[in-house]
Amino acid sequence: MKSMCHGLIKNDEEILSWGAEAIIVKTTFMGEPAIKKIRVPKSYRCKELDISLRKRRTILEAKLMFYSIKNGVPTPVVYFIDLAKTTIVMEYIKGKLLKEIISEKNINQISNFLEKSGYYTGILHEVGIVHGDLTTSNIMVREHTKDVVFIDFGLGAFSKDYEDQSVDLHLFLRSLESTHYSIAYEAFKWFIKGYSRARGEVIAKKIQSKIREIRMRGRYVSERRKK
Amino acid sequence: MERFKETVVLGIETTAHTFGVGIFSDKRGLLANINDSYVPPEGGIHPREAAEHHASVAHKVIAKALSLAGVSIENITAIATSFGPGLGPCLRVGCSVARALSAYFEKPLVPVNHCVAHIEIARYLLEVKDPLVVYVSGGNTIIAAYSDGRYRVFGETLDIALGNCLDVFARELGLGLPGPPILEKYAEKGRKYIELPYVVKGQDISLSGLLTKGLELASQGVPLEDLCYSFVETAYDMIVEVTERALAHTRKKVVVLTGGVARSKWLQRKLKEMCTSHSVQFKTVPKEYAGDNGGMIAYTGYLCFKHGITIPVEKSYIKPRWRLDEVDVPWFNKER
Repeated sequence: MKSMCHGLIKNDEEILSWGAEAIIVKTTFMGEPAIKKIRVPKSYRCKELDISLRKRRTILEAKLMFYSIKNGVPTPVVYFIDLAKTTIVMEYIKGKLLKEIISEKNINQISNFLEKSGYYTGILHEVGIVHGDLTTSNIMVREHTKDVVFIDFGLGAFSKDYEDQSVDLHLFLRSLESTHYSIAYEAFKWFIKGYSRARGEVIAKKIQSKIREIRMRGRYVSERRKK
Repeated sequence: MERFKETVVLGIETTAHTFGVGIFSDKRGLLANINDSYVPPEGGIHPREAAEHHASVAHKVIAKALSLAGVSIENITAIATSFGPGLGPCLRVGCSVARALSAYFEKPLVPVNHCVAHIEIARYLLEVKDPLVVYVSGGNTIIAAYSDGRYRVFGETLDIALGNCLDVFARELGLGLPGPPILEKYAEKGRKYIELPYVVKGQDISLSGLLTKGLELASQGVPLEDLCYSFVETAYDMIVEVTERALAHTRKKVVVLTGGVARSKWLQRKLKEMCTSHSVQFKTVPKEYAGDNGGMIAYTGYLCFKHGITIPVEKSYIKPRWRLDEVDVPWFNKER
């Protein structure tokens, strides 16, 4: 696998994860620990489409992170972008994934992280950003401050569309259902609580009914029969 | 004496355009797989017309399967049928046949989920224990894997199915059916990539925008070969990307391709390439069992029956919207 990213990774750098879209490498930037996210070429993909998707997603991701921080939603700080290598160098966050924390602790210990995740999601939506892949693997909790940090804006977009915003919440609920099913609905209640705090009850209700609509659009949903 | 007795299950597939009958024996394997598909004279499948087709061929298909397997109906242990998901009128025909056989010959009736059957037959024929399944057909587009008692959905289409998308595109362009092989034939001569809507939302995909834009460009006179090339590339790339995402998430070691569109060499090639880059095995279900077939219902019916899953005739309502992840699969970790 290392041969695939020939020239992209230096000897003193460590591959942290080999994701579907990109590889995450631990590196240093001006003496500080940093993360390098490299979107590697996909040989299976149509070449023109591959290059265009990777470049577009790299630029967009950096922009989204910048605007999120500017509006008070913590994400890793972008240090540097190398478009030729479709690479973003960003701050290294010391902490755990929300997914790990959920599996380790009970619902009372994590309610505040869920509420905060919901609140930050609400803020992002208010300022016109959707995350696009909002799952419990894409939210971190900083070790020192216990603050929630959003990572991986790779599928994010600038959008004020209720539909896109609802997809964010739908995906978050789906990720709870598929990996933490025993507490999924209670966890989501906390998330919605924070979300309503950021956006107000009226919009939050509207988004929730849109989520139901999206879920019913899914194939072979039994709720759809009752309509 | 009991343990030497052979269990033979007759399975009826009836969810959409195919009426199929399969016979599975725990001692001798798959004994018969006879399928008769409804081909509409023009346009798509009208559920009522497909149902009429099923009703008219049912007795012939069953008789053919029994004679091929060399078993009489009295020697069948249980009758299995697909209860869903699928088209209501079609399901009703198959279920009526199954209920009649079950009541008249006093055989237990076994309800089988169509999607589970596609996965089970692939696991059985390919001898794979715990795969990430890519199930693509005319009615379904699902990326699923086993976790905690059920097949969980790790990605699916938010609107139309892959097979449906390709079929409608080919049909509207007047190229005929089935869509994938015809479109691929033109696509092979395509050179220029035209940008089309590529919609991946998390682990799910949406194909309706691609279809609309594709048809729009076709009406504007874009060269057919280039358009087909861009169309299949975009559609398949979306499938491979969400499969790769699900793979990164589930860390399964084998990817299995099943469903009608599994016959596509183009899609197989792309998935294989992606799997190789992750050092993961890739397998495709044999052609005969890729599309809807009776054999998969018979085999899955046998698994259900062995684990005590039967249904009384008077409660045997069809389930047109029966989701894959609503079905318990207690046999998953057990040896057959």
